[in-house]
Amino acid sequence: MSFLGYARADGSVGVRNYIGVISTVACANDVAFWIAQQIKGTAPFLHQAGCCQLMPDIEMATRTLSALGRNPNLAGVLLVSLGCEGTDVDRLEKEIAASGKPVRRVLIQKAGATVALNEGLLFAQELVSKASEIRVQEFDDSHLVIGVKCGGSDTTSGLASNPAVGAACDLVVDNGGTCIFGETTEFLGAEHILVRRAVNKEVADKLLKIVADMEKRARASGGDMRGGNPTAGNIAGGLTSIEEKSLGAIVKSGTRPIQDVYDYGVPVKGKGLFVVDSPGREPEFLSGLAAAGAQICLFSTGLGVPQGFPFMPVIKVTGNPLTFQRLPDHIDVLVGMTGGKGTGLRETGERLYREVLAVGSGKQTKAEILGYGNFPGLYTLGPII
Amino acid sequence: MDRQERAVVLNDKDNVATALADLEAGSEVTVEAGGRTVTIKLTSRIPFGHKFSLARIERGAPVTKYGEAIGNASTAIDIGDYVHVHNVISTRGSTGREGADR
Repeated sequence: MSFLGYARADGSVGVRNYIGVISTVACANDVAFWIAQQIKGTAPFLHQAGCCQLMPDIEMATRTLSALGRNPNLAGVLLVSLGCEGTDVDRLEKEIAASGKPVRRVLIQKAGATVALNEGLLFAQELVSKASEIRVQEFDDSHLVIGVKCGGSDTTSGLASNPAVGAACDLVVDNGGTCIFGETTEFLGAEHILVRRAVNKEVADKLLKIVADMEKRARASGGDMRGGNPTAGNIAGGLTSIEEKSLGAIVKSGTRPIQDVYDYGVPVKGKGLFVVDSPGREPEFLSGLAAAGAQICLFSTGLGVPQGFPFMPVIKVTGNPLTFQRLPDHIDVLVGMTGGKGTGLRETGERLYREVLAVGSGKQTKAEILGYGNFPGLYTLGPII
Repeated sequence: MDRQERAVVLNDKDNVATALADLEAGSEVTVEAGGRTVTIKLTSRIPFGHKFSLARIERGAPVTKYGEAIGNASTAIDIGDYVHVHNVISTRGSTGREGADR
């Protein structure tokens, strides 16, 4: 099967053709927002990071913004900089330009926001004009890079939408594409099962390490992630143990071997299934997927969540018919509770896979049409100082 | 919408099924498990999303869902029994009875 996409200079394939207007620090958000509001064909990336953070977080912000700029759904990038931020804007510009994309930069501390705005509007307009000349081409489905996520979960998530997304994930991998999952928090209690899917001991050790590190960070902040799970609400919903809860979440990654584990904010290279070490919260996780290079996110939900992302289409999938009825403006696909085996799940997976190809070829998701998803975030490990 | 069932077995290796509706004690539920169709008589009421046993599970034996152990039976479980925190103990964390964080 195939989809219509945009060829990028670095060999990747975009399913959208935006100019990213990337704020390099929280203080530059307003100008980036103004430019993106005015210039059609742009997508803003706003966040609260980039300054007054410890070095590991500043480094993570720089590398993640750089990786976001290289996401295949962007045809070019306008960096909106303050001037005194912690993020390394020279490095950002250099790395994004090295991927073959046009990059422009405006600086607020040079002559104020109004001047930066004016310059930025013109730069963005030129970049959009150039991007609009890129023609869509047909690509076979081995060029797909899909991220998977679950959020706003309820009892139907582990029974219907997560297994369905997992079945679609297997199809992506079987057809030669790339699938990315994460939410390290959700591995807790099932990490001993997940490691059996690692392609080798090195990858298995990395999986165990990211879980141990996450638990260590939680303990350092006074939290016990294992002891509180499953929660009273989980138990009322039928979940008996932390293993069951985590397995119900992990099932969205399908069943294929895990090729490697990546740090947050690093583009994934290669085909097959990959893990990105990441938090479960939507704004930060979706940025992590886009930074990893995902073109599209398949998002499984029970209660229904509105999140989209500025330049990565997010397809919402639910197994809860009431949620589908209540939230027609947010949910793209309803799947039935066909269970984890037999033709029912296979058919559902194929239906989701066809939806991925349709969205890849330009079909708009509910979140895209609604314009929901303008406030993503960047993951931080340490304090704001 | 896919076909409606009253309970689902998520993997052929599983020894529990999950109710897709509130199921009454004494009722008979037909599920597909391990490539065959079995009818289970429920020994108690099973709420939506909760589990019942497809086989006798001896004390200390694994309770299997998604094809993996979700804990061990803390007491012998009979076919059709309600399976939850009262007769399953996690091997990876707490039983969850504390339920604190959220």
